[in-house]
Amino acid sequence: MAFLLQNLVNALQWGSFYALIALGYAMVYSILMLFNFAHGDIFMTGAYIGFGVATSLVALSSLGAVALPGWLILVLTILVSMFITSFVGITVERVGYRPLREAPRASAAITGLMIGIILETGNLALLGAQRVSFPSLIETVTYNAGGVYITNKKIMIVAISLMFMLALHLFIRKTRWGMAMRAMSFDYIVVPLMGVPLNRMASMTFALGSALAAVAGILFGMAYPVLDPYMGILFGWKAFVAAILGGRGSIMGACLAGFLLGFIEIFVAMIFPSTLRDFIAYSIVLLILVFRPHGFFGEPYSAKLRL
Amino acid sequence: MKTKTVAMIIPIFLILGLALVACGPEAPKTIKVGVNAPITGDIPKVGEGSKFAAQMWLADVNAAGGLDVGGKKYKVELVIEDNESKAESAVKANTKMITEDEVLVIVGPQSSKQAVPAGEVANNYATPMISPWSTNPATTQDRPFVFRACFLDPFQGPVVANFVKDEFGFTKAAVLYDVASDYPKGLAEFFKAAWEELNGPGSVVSYESFTTKDADFSSQLTNIINSGAEFIFTPQYYNEVALIVQQAHQLGWDKPIVGSDSWGSAETVQLCGKDCYGLFFSTHYAAAGAKGATKEFIDRYNKEHGYIPDDVGALTWDALGLVQQAIQDCGAITGDIKKDRQCVRDSLARVKQFDGITGQMTFNETGDPEKCAVIVRISEQGEFEFYKSVCP
Repeated sequence: MAFLLQNLVNALQWGSFYALIALGYAMVYSILMLFNFAHGDIFMTGAYIGFGVATSLVALSSLGAVALPGWLILVLTILVSMFITSFVGITVERVGYRPLREAPRASAAITGLMIGIILETGNLALLGAQRVSFPSLIETVTYNAGGVYITNKKIMIVAISLMFMLALHLFIRKTRWGMAMRAMSFDYIVVPLMGVPLNRMASMTFALGSALAAVAGILFGMAYPVLDPYMGILFGWKAFVAAILGGRGSIMGACLAGFLLGFIEIFVAMIFPSTLRDFIAYSIVLLILVFRPHGFFGEPYSAKLRL
Repeated sequence: MKTKTVAMIIPIFLILGLALVACGPEAPKTIKVGVNAPITGDIPKVGEGSKFAAQMWLADVNAAGGLDVGGKKYKVELVIEDNESKAESAVKANTKMITEDEVLVIVGPQSSKQAVPAGEVANNYATPMISPWSTNPATTQDRPFVFRACFLDPFQGPVVANFVKDEFGFTKAAVLYDVASDYPKGLAEFFKAAWEELNGPGSVVSYESFTTKDADFSSQLTNIINSGAEFIFTPQYYNEVALIVQQAHQLGWDKPIVGSDSWGSAETVQLCGKDCYGLFFSTHYAAAGAKGATKEFIDRYNKEHGYIPDDVGALTWDALGLVQQAIQDCGAITGDIKKDRQCVRDSLARVKQFDGITGQMTFNETGDPEKCAVIVRISEQGEFEFYKSVCP
């Protein structure tokens, strides 16, 4: 029982990352009918920006000018990194996607791949290939709850992820901007004719997605404190799978599918030999898609509001 | 307009190409030594160590006014190629160095993942290659032109198994390794075989794997903890060691975790922190408490680069020492690159009791040295302390 619960806890943490990143894919798709293949690398960039902000805050704090507690540094790191990374997202859209908005979809997809490579190698050129170790802002405390080991970081990661997902949900449901996004997801050609500013909407969508990717990056750094410039590639692919599985462009679907993917990966390794983990896990995903080609919440031919 | 540009570019390339060819082959006043190392990619610290050691060796040679072969001084040039820690790039790098740069001998690649395929290229082109760090048997197997400067996994596997048995008296082992990489996979298998020979079949109670780039090992570790294993053997590289050890502790694991020579990077403790203190691994040399030439090398490296060299640096240094001796044993450089390569290979094969800073080496007929392994303990200060020496 403890064994099962332990895996459940592991899966919750792992799924949070997929869900946060899948959200970015889903949002961009629902507004612009475009898959931002650079998103995995924006996640990586977010993690590095978080690393930069966190280390400078730690250094500042140790200088003695302002002694900040670890949790405050974490909160500041998340907020500042979200802000900076959202501008990375906006720049990516401006430079990579906006000029190609009228171009064939394939060209835009390729741009995403190229921007991804530019971000990876740019980081490599800037910081070198050395792994960086994300500072441990909060002392890890391990709780033993009847044989199930939970750390304070695990709880924090899941809680913060859920908080941001809820915030995004409220933003889309309750604000005028959110309403515009929902309208846009209905038809991104006609709705701008009614006065919704397409370019500003695109920028905002990228900013939101990238900010969430930054949150994922920082939380990832907390849980797996070894960062490298290529960490976003495989992770981005898998989160992309989650976005598709959730139903292209569905926010709720992306969240749920992210967690589902985490669960599948962890529980497959629990039951089968771990060598076959991804083989079996992604065969299952393939099967799901065969029977539900539009994912869980996707609708064929955008017949319905997707947000 | 466009066709015009293309029409202009092509001749430019042709001219450039001709210019390059024209100043290509010359009478050999210089000896070129190739270094094939992972400067970028998964294990850049390994590449850095190789590069620094090679540059130190070159500085020594230059300080002596060049390499003395048969009474004549030759200038030595290093050709350092980045293999990005990828098998295909290592093959490309070797091919380039052999065919374009015309190097006399190649040092590297370091990990078995690159050394095994790259060794094939070197052997096919009849160019001597010596891998400082690759411990997988396949690297030198049936390849007369390929050598190495370290011991092998079939030796290292039993070393770890015997050490754990003697030290702790355990009977149940767990293994966690990367199934997509030659080195961890090979060593995991050798360890399993050795452990089961000591403790009977089924004594490896958990044999878990993952693939390169994975960051979350929680499900594998949960399986291991559930299996009742008494220790974990994980022959991984430094970046994964940090994640595995930390995650194991966060899942409530408080028993030993044992590693292999891939742990011996200067970066392991930096990334892993306190979690790694007190753990053991088998390796080629121990920096803390070294004496003689080994200490000299360590001090000099530390002074120039600001950290204690890891085993890769030391082994690369030894590999270059072997190369130097082999070239000098040749007696003369004829300028015929094919003949010279053959000669260097033959004298490498004849090397007897070479005194390296990682121990004494004599090559056997497969191009593998017979040498001792060291068990290192990571101290409470995060230093690699000599614990025990194990000889074949």
